Amino acid sequence: MSGAADTPDRAALAVEEVSKSYGSLKALDTLSIAVARGEFVALLGPNGAGKSTLFQLLTGLFVPDEGRIEVAGHDMRHESRAALAKLGVVFQQPTLDLDLSVAANLRFHTRLHGMGRAAKRRIEDELARIGLAERSREAARNLSGGNRRKVELARALLHDPALLLMDEPTVGLDPGSRELLVDYVHQLCRDRGMGVLWATHLVDEAERAHRVIVLHQGQRIAVDTPAALRERAGTNSLGAAFMALTGETPQKKEETV
Amino acid sequence: MSLPRIGHVLQALLALSSRETVKFFHQRGRLASAVVRPSLWLLIFAAGFKNVFGVSVLPPYDSYIEYQVYVVPGLLGMVLLFNGMQSSLAMVYDREMGLMRLLLTAPLPRSVLLACKLTAGTVLSVLQAYAFLVVCALFGVDLPWWPGLLTVLPALILTGLMLGALGLLLSVYIKQLENFAGTMNFVIFPMFFLSPALYPLWKLEESGATIIYQLSRINPFTHGVELVRFAMYGQFNAVAFAVVAGALAAFFAIAVWGYDPQRGLVRRKG
Repeated sequence: MSGAADTPDRAALAVEEVSKSYGSLKALDTLSIAVARGEFVALLGPNGAGKSTLFQLLTGLFVPDEGRIEVAGHDMRHESRAALAKLGVVFQQPTLDLDLSVAANLRFHTRLHGMGRAAKRRIEDELARIGLAERSREAARNLSGGNRRKVELARALLHDPALLLMDEPTVGLDPGSRELLVDYVHQLCRDRGMGVLWATHLVDEAERAHRVIVLHQGQRIAVDTPAALRERAGTNSLGAAFMALTGETPQKKEETV
Repeated sequence: MSLPRIGHVLQALLALSSRETVKFFHQRGRLASAVVRPSLWLLIFAAGFKNVFGVSVLPPYDSYIEYQVYVVPGLLGMVLLFNGMQSSLAMVYDREMGLMRLLLTAPLPRSVLLACKLTAGTVLSVLQAYAFLVVCALFGVDLPWWPGLLTVLPALILTGLMLGALGLLLSVYIKQLENFAGTMNFVIFPMFFLSPALYPLWKLEESGATIIYQLSRINPFTHGVELVRFAMYGQFNAVAFAVVAGALAAFFAIAVWGYDPQRGLVRRKG
């Protein structure tokens, strides 16, 4: 495991030997993951590898059967509020209220986070950064899929999280929007020193990550830089490395489900 | 863990309340039906039954009253019941749409979030109840307007909270939107008909419908309606208050339990 991630004060996320079962199905099996601040970690796994279960645990929807999760040094089970306050999430499902305006959607979030007067300024800033300041009064319904995702990302950043979780955020986006989103999050990671955990089943989204974690059947089967993974598998593509590791065909880009 | 800041809780309440209210006023159909539904009962049902039921003098009334007057507290209860259930429908909808996930990642205890959600729904319930009272006034129903309009408020709030908490509780167990039709059949209608909303319970007892009479007596909605009825005449019905407050506490506690991450709510969602 990379050295930086193990220093507690630099850790955005620490998942330690977490297990979760649904009945007899072991969705996650003693999984450990660390994300340092300023680090972009891709969580690569085929559908059904346990990514969704992990994200449910990371967002506090459930608690793990065993093991512990810390966000920015706060235990998810015992200090869940402090942990959630440091967590920004973009969910796989769209979560904008389409009837409300863009600004109202963001205001809903700042209020839930109790941001008070600082909120207005933060909303303006984040919208300006993604180039949607002029559309803040429009209903979210009027935005394109790519712009809706950007607003969801802006929303996740409003309370200045230490860790940004992206749960298959490019599902349903066209290739152009997909690339822009990946670029933007890399930039955020650099500029704001945020830890990013980016879950995907699309190998090309993991190419530029600092580290790639390969999840397969609830277990971490590899964690390394993309280059080292390629080298280890003796191939020159991450996709081939992924295939060698999991025995599954990688998906290059979004396929119709 | 320390208590959340009161300012934070108030902001969360404002967030949920304004969202609920704004959405309600966007949905014209819902807005109309909230007022039209009880109005139809008042104008058509009550008109038809005006002379069928002889309503005798019974507390809180001190003289013979028209059927229209009798039925208003029950219809207020209906307004609260429908909106309470519709708020729970919205919870299920939010869950399917993922908005619930967003709500649950707010850095507040779940019980506080649920209490905010419940309060937000109740604000809307009470607003609708007053809108219906305006209709009653327009059609000249002989109600104790002053100070009845004021004294009924706490009863509307408490009953609204209780029915909203029941909705919250159901939202834990209703897994899909389609099941809402089932809620109508198995919750709203039985609660409404097994109550003194449309006729006093002694009528049931008198006609020998003992089981229905006993079921009606333990129905929390019955006590909600009576609480509202008495409050409208400036009277306090202690039994009704105790049952409604107790049911509120119980429903809310079970709902919080159901939303507890240790036990899991959206089990099958992936």
